[in-house]
This record gives sequence, C-alpha cells and structure tokens, in this order.
Amino acid sequence: MTMLQHDPDYNFGYLDEQTKRMIRRALLKAVAIPGYQVPFGSREMPLARGWGTGGIQITAALIGPEDRLKVIDQGADDTTNAVSIRRFFARVSGVATTEETSEASIIQTRHRIPEKPLDEGQILVYQVPQPEPLRKLEPSEVETRKMHAWAEYGAMHVRLYEDIARFGHVATTYSYPVMVNDRYVMSPTPIPKFDNPKMDDMPALQLFGAGREKRIYAIPPYTKVKSLDFEDHPFTIQSWTEPCALCAATDSYLDEVITDDHGGRMFVCSDSSYCEDRRAKGHIGKELAVAEALDYVDRGEGASHDA
Amino acid sequence: MYVAVKGGEAAILATHDLVAEERRGDVSVPEISVEQIREQMQLSVARVMNEGSLYDEDLGALALKQTQGDLIEAAFLMRAYRTTLPRFGSSVPVDTATMAIRRRISATYKDLPGGQVLGPTYDYTHRLFDFTLMANGEHAPAATAADHSLDAAMPRVPDILGDEGLMEAEVPPQHDPRPFDLTRDPVEFPAGRDVRLQTLSRGDEGFLLGLAYSVQRGFGGNHPFAGEIRMGEVAVSFVPEELGFEIDLGEITLTECQMVNQFKGSIEQPPQFTRGYGLAFGHAERKAMSMAIIDRSLKAREFGEAAEYPAQQEEFVLYHCDNVEASGFVEHLKLPHYVDFQGELELLRKIRREQKERLAERKEAAE
Repeated sequence: MTMLQHDPDYNFGYLDEQTKRMIRRALLKAVAIPGYQVPFGSREMPLARGWGTGGIQITAALIGPEDRLKVIDQGADDTTNAVSIRRFFARVSGVATTEETSEASIIQTRHRIPEKPLDEGQILVYQVPQPEPLRKLEPSEVETRKMHAWAEYGAMHVRLYEDIARFGHVATTYSYPVMVNDRYVMSPTPIPKFDNPKMDDMPALQLFGAGREKRIYAIPPYTKVKSLDFEDHPFTIQSWTEPCALCAATDSYLDEVITDDHGGRMFVCSDSSYCEDRRAKGHIGKELAVAEALDYVDRGEGASHDA
Repeated sequence: MYVAVKGGEAAILATHDLVAEERRGDVSVPEISVEQIREQMQLSVARVMNEGSLYDEDLGALALKQTQGDLIEAAFLMRAYRTTLPRFGSSVPVDTATMAIRRRISATYKDLPGGQVLGPTYDYTHRLFDFTLMANGEHAPAATAADHSLDAAMPRVPDILGDEGLMEAEVPPQHDPRPFDLTRDPVEFPAGRDVRLQTLSRGDEGFLLGLAYSVQRGFGGNHPFAGEIRMGEVAVSFVPEELGFEIDLGEITLTECQMVNQFKGSIEQPPQFTRGYGLAFGHAERKAMSMAIIDRSLKAREFGEAAEYPAQQEEFVLYHCDNVEASGFVEHLKLPHYVDFQGELELLRKIRREQKERLAERKEAAE
C-alpha cells in the first residue's frame, strides 16, 4: 500500500482543534452514560453522509501521530470504502496504517467486529447509519428520546415476539438490539448478530459515530452488553455447516462468494486479516487452490502487506 | 468484481482518472471556463450557493464545472469546503427593506408604494426554443433604461398590513438571542423558527417545491397569497470588535418572499393573516416561494392546527429536505453490504428449511 504524507494544507486529522474538543466532550459524556445517544455538532465532511462521516469524525478527534490505524468494511481492509477512508486519514494525518488487528490502536469499522479479541488500550470506532434502535417502531425523534428516558422498551420486545410467532425466529440478523449496562437499548450498528456477544465485557473501548444523524454513543471497557431475547427463546448467533474455504476456520463469520453461474459458491472468512493470519500459520482450506486460480487471493500470500 | 479480496486501491485511483476524462468530454470542443459558468449559468450557481450554504459565485461556478453540472454534488463540494473556513464573526442582519430592487411584485395589491417592478423574469416568456442561441448567434442583449428611476422607498407588504394589525406580528424572541447555527450544533425537536428557516434555506429546491405544491393541492390547510417577492442586492456589513462601528463587506443578491395566509383565529387571538417567509441567495424565486409556504405550514403547532400532512410535520420536513445528506444516505446503498446480506440469506434458508420439514411432517401425519 502506498504511504501518504500528511498534506500540509489540512490540520492534523482534518478537523480544527475546536471541533475536535467538541467531539471529545461528546465522547466523554457518551462514555459516562453507556448506550445513551449524545447529540453532537456533526460537521460536513469531504466524504458523503452515510459513508462513515460519524466514525471518521470520532477517529479524527482521537488520532495522534503515534497511533496506528486500521480501517475495515465488511470485515475486510481492502473493500472500496475502507480503502477510501484509510487514504483520507493517511493524507490528513500521515499516521501509519495497518491491516493487522492486534497492531492497531484505533480500528474504524463498518458492519463487523474483528474476529481476533481486542485488548485494553485499543479503540473500536463504529460507523453508524441509524443510531436509534427504536426508529423502525417510532419515526419521531421526540418520541424515541422519551422512550429511552423512561426506559420504555416494551414495543421492542413485542416486535421480537411477533417475529418468533410468525417465523419461529427473531427475524433480525444484523443491527440486533442490545441492552447496555442494564439501562439503554442500543443499536450495535449493522454488524451481524454473530458479533453481538463480542461487545459484552470487551476490554477495548467501543465508540459509535452517526454523522448524518449527529449522534455519538459509547460502551466503556468491560461493560455488560446483552442481546435482547426471551427465556424460552434465547439469543443465538449464525452458524455455518462448513469451515472457511481458504483457512478452514470454524469460528469466524463467513461470506458467500459466488464462483460461477451454475450455483458454485464457497464460504470464506469476512475478516480478511484473520483469514490471512491463519493461512500464514499454515491453516489451509480445501478450496484455497481454487481461490488462487480465480485470483480471489494472492498466491502464497503472507500475513500482512502493510505493517 | 468490485470488491476483489485485493486490489481495491488501484481500482479506486483509476475511477478518479476516468471521471476526470468524462468531465472534460470531447477535447475538440473548447473547455468551459469558470467565468462563463458564473456569468451564463447564474441560476444554477445560485442553487448551488443555496444548497451549499455558501455565497461565493466563483466557487459555485467551479463546483458546477468540477461536477459536470451535478447540482447536488456541487452543493456537497461547497459544504465540505465551507466547513473548513474559520469564522471571524456574524454580520449585522441584512435589511431587505433597503434592497437595491431589480424585481418586486405583489399579488395582493394592484398597486402599492414603490409600484410593481417586473425585472428579469421568465414568467411572461413563451417557452419556445430560441434556435439562434444554438447557433451562438446571440445579439448583444440591450435592455432600455426606464425614463425614471425606482422609488427610493419600497416598503415590504407585510409591514403595510402589520400597520393595520391584520398581520401576525413578527417579534424577535426574548432578549433577541444569537440565532442557532445548524452547521455547528445538532438540531433538536421541537425546533425553533431559526432552525427551520436555516434548514429550509439549504433544503433541496425540488423537495421543497413538491411539499409546497402538496400544501396547495390539499395535503395541508393553507391558502397562500404571494404578498411580495423581491429580488436585488443588499449590503452585508460587519462590526469588528476592535473598531466598534459597521463596515461594509460587499453586497449579495437575495430573493425574498413573503406569503400571506389566512387564519381563522382562536379563543385568544382575533382572526388575522399569518406569514410564511422565504429567503434565498441569488435569483431563486421558486425556492423562496416554496420555502415561504412550508415555513407557514410548519407553524401548525404554534397555531394549534392539526399536523395531519407531511408538510406540517417538522421532523419529516427538516430531516428529509437536505439533499446532501439524503443523497449520501440513499447512495450509500452502493457500498458493500454482503455481511448483512449473508445474515439474511442464512435466516431465509433456515426458515424455509424448517417450513419444508413442518409441511413434510404434517403430510406424513395425515397419511
């Protein structure tokens, strides 16, 4: 990956220092009230709304020259928008970037939590399209703020119950609502529910930025995060019948890759760094050779290209 | 494959080159200059300045050039630049009563002090192609000057009605606080009128036009009269703290619309006319009129009217009229969503499998 130098036309981290302070104040409030949505003066960014401007503002407010940034989308470092955001930060801060989960001090993510458990001192910044978990039940912001204030979450349980009555399952596979610190119902963002258990008691700090909706929320380290469920219908996560076709992992979230137009498909880790790491350690999936032939992965690829 | 496991960066850089090539079009045709856009595409420039919330005709023209004339993308460029500008203060409120009028019409009075000034307008043109423009055979335009100048005083129509007490009074809030700045602070609801007017003034012209139309057609209760529309130049002045007196920064073109609406009155208030206010940069009558109609329809709460229709619901209007935010969110659907889609696939397959099993069991039991 090309390393970019800090562009001197822009302040370090792009945002001016006053704006960074405003965002940090919102972050402190968010950490103090886990799961509560703090309104903040979200700025117009040079990237489009809905494309990660909330996460970008949080990262911009936190990042320092010593940081090492990882950006993922769908679990992968090389998806189009992750590349675009990483290039943005390389340009406006010049900080080192990495694809290696354990090397990163800040990980900005969209739609996934890395498979490798995070440590104390790491910060996971989520991009949030819709911070309000109750929005599909109640379109008005005035009303949903009242519902949170009164912890009036019955409507959410009714919705989950109706799914079970109709389909036999809660028909929510991503953005599956969680209860944070026994107080606020919170949207975990559109991560698959597979990732929800990782949020609970996580040693790393989790920060959530919704740029268009102008909200910030947070889960401090080691906080209780529980996916909503019922005693007789406990929360479950997705599972696959086969392992990753590239690295043979059986504990990771898998994406379906279509290999031809006759229904051929393979299942591969969505977390590209995790998958590469496993392959570097000698774990070989049964279709790795096929994937190499199709140029889905580089041949004889090492653990990291960018460290 | 648009998300190859590797190689995204090179592909992204190539899109930048391709779009630059497309922007230029056929190189045998001379390149358009920013000055040409500024001078000859003024209404587009005005729209970009409005929706981009930045009065700068050169940058508006540059934005149009850089975006191949995509108005929303151009407004986005303006906003992304605007947010980086330092703020050295707020201007003195502009006084549209002292506007150097180029156009001023009222639909509520046949004649009024200052008279009707038609000015430059497409209102009375027949929408027939002028093929001489296609042949670049334009004659140097020459409008003849009137034999007398406009009246110095051009009172605003609502002020005339206000003198009689027929018009809803417009009083600043207590202590006349500094207005909200929606570009610096998050909007909370119920929103004040300052928030509403700021949001509408940067709102999408097409969205506001459609909403205003819905009010007129019956999805809203207001029957508006165009009390006055005026367009012209106003001075912008500023009081630097270290000087303590006003200095002129220059002038800007504004279009202002004052809509007059009926109001039946309530137990506390005698019947009177109510106002809707619209203000836009440049010559932008459609925008200013739409804004004025919606400003009034959003006063439903204040006047105790049932907010039954979209144009009366402030969260609906104010959240959704911003085209830069709207297009970002609608277009983010282009981003990869395959992780979530995989979750949906897995669930759908599971539900279908279970249903098939249940049906088979039922069939077995029946046999």
